[in-house]
Amino acid sequence: MLGLLPIGYLVLTVILGRAGGDPVQHIIHYTGIGALNALAATLLISPIVKLTKQGLLMQTRRLVGLYVFAYATLHIVAFFSLDLLFAWGLLFSEVVKRPYILVGAVAYLIVTALAVTSFKALMRKMGRRWQTLHNGVYLVAILAPIHFYWSVKSEIIEPSLYILGFSVLLLWRMPWFKRRFSRKGVNKTAQKVTSASR
Amino acid sequence: MAKNSRFTPSILKKAQWHMQDNQVTPEAVFRSRRQIVKAMGLGAIGASVPGYVQAGLFDLFGEQPKSSFITTPLTFQTNKYYGDTDVLTPFDKVTQHNNFFEFGTDKQDPSNNAQGYKVDPWQLRIEGEVERPMTLDFNDLTTMFPLEERNYRLRCVEAWSMVVPWVGFPLAALLKKVGVTNKGKYVAFETAFDPEQMPGQKSRLMGGGIHYPYVEGLTLAEAMNDLTLMSVGLYGKTLPPQNGAPIRLVVPWKYGFKSIKSIVRIRVMDKQPPTSWNQLASHEYGFYANVNPAVDHPRWSQATERRIGEGGLFSATRIDTQPFNGYGEFVASLYDGMDLRKNY
Repeated sequence: MLGLLPIGYLVLTVILGRAGGDPVQHIIHYTGIGALNALAATLLISPIVKLTKQGLLMQTRRLVGLYVFAYATLHIVAFFSLDLLFAWGLLFSEVVKRPYILVGAVAYLIVTALAVTSFKALMRKMGRRWQTLHNGVYLVAILAPIHFYWSVKSEIIEPSLYILGFSVLLLWRMPWFKRRFSRKGVNKTAQKVTSASR
Repeated sequence: MAKNSRFTPSILKKAQWHMQDNQVTPEAVFRSRRQIVKAMGLGAIGASVPGYVQAGLFDLFGEQPKSSFITTPLTFQTNKYYGDTDVLTPFDKVTQHNNFFEFGTDKQDPSNNAQGYKVDPWQLRIEGEVERPMTLDFNDLTTMFPLEERNYRLRCVEAWSMVVPWVGFPLAALLKKVGVTNKGKYVAFETAFDPEQMPGQKSRLMGGGIHYPYVEGLTLAEAMNDLTLMSVGLYGKTLPPQNGAPIRLVVPWKYGFKSIKSIVRIRVMDKQPPTSWNQLASHEYGFYANVNPAVDHPRWSQATERRIGEGGLFSATRIDTQPFNGYGEFVASLYDGMDLRKNY
């Protein structure tokens, strides 16, 4: 539920006219950042579980992950309906011609695949392939911040911070990083939780 | 939360007024209470109550009315030669959807952050390759030349557009007054540099990484074209700061970033002056920056534009972008023999 609050806030600011004379760009940017933040939260869960040994937290990961899908969907719907005004031709030509939109579109397709296969039943049915597919989230964590960085007109500090943040979240998962980390004295049970939940 | 509170001894229970952070109204919402009241139709009830009662009602909320920049009515003639068939973009949108990175990079930042901007006293210096350099002060801006109102289409490089009733005088009138020497080939413009008043110039994060002061330029022929306007007002009144008070350039056949705001210096030069967006990303923003549907921005199409509508979110329309923003009959000849794909 907490994940929906920012949307309520957005709707309120737009209705009250606090989002500017023509809030379309604001809405697109806001929902895009929302998706990035939800993605960061998703990827933060397993490191936090590792560090704090709160295994129960793991159960929230699917829901948080679905928020990534929800925000990304709003982001794209806003772009298509409010900015392009349902110009299908323009949608396709823009996706093909503009690298940053193409990168975003690929990321969205992956997120959609993950959302569609997020049900427990499917997870069981797909077995090992489910994990392979869901490792796609790491690809999204690379593509999404690039999409952001590439899309801005000039201010690159904020997108650079996102790229840096996601790099840390991904590096954290690299085997050599983990090994270094464990030498520093993280006990083995925490490691076990991770490998089971990864 | 729920889990923890089970173990909280009742003596430590927080008093009811001790709110959690997430229960506190966000400041922006808090500040827009009056709009909430309006939206709920309470304004109508308020209107039926005598003034002093109303005042008391709002005192209760302790609200200070947000002081906004004072604009004053201008005297001018209407010039319809350059067209008046386009539907005007409402005043609220013209003044609340601005790119003026000196006051922040979000579209609503300039209207939020610029209301305290001081434009009087002001000095506009005209110098360089001119016979009679001069300095215009604040009052000169609106009194030295006869003012006229013109409705111009404004096409942003970001592919949105508006129609704005500007009030101003042709730049050519000013250049004739100072007399351009025969060495003058280009005209350079510079925005005020005042980091104390312009937060975007103070902080790189807020100012979008542009090298301030913002500079722009035109060829002398472009500057002398009658379409090129020095604007001092819009919708019949002096400019609000977010739109470039007290004086700005309006070049309607070029992308909006050419129309530099809050100008303090005009310098006639013998060579092409540097321009801000071109310095930042020369492959994306050229010196000429003529509106051209055939030449895409490297990251988005320029073939169509989103014309901001009169009403809500869905009142906008996607329309085809015209070469020279539809002003080709007045300016296309300036570029005879020039490859506009190369000189974007």
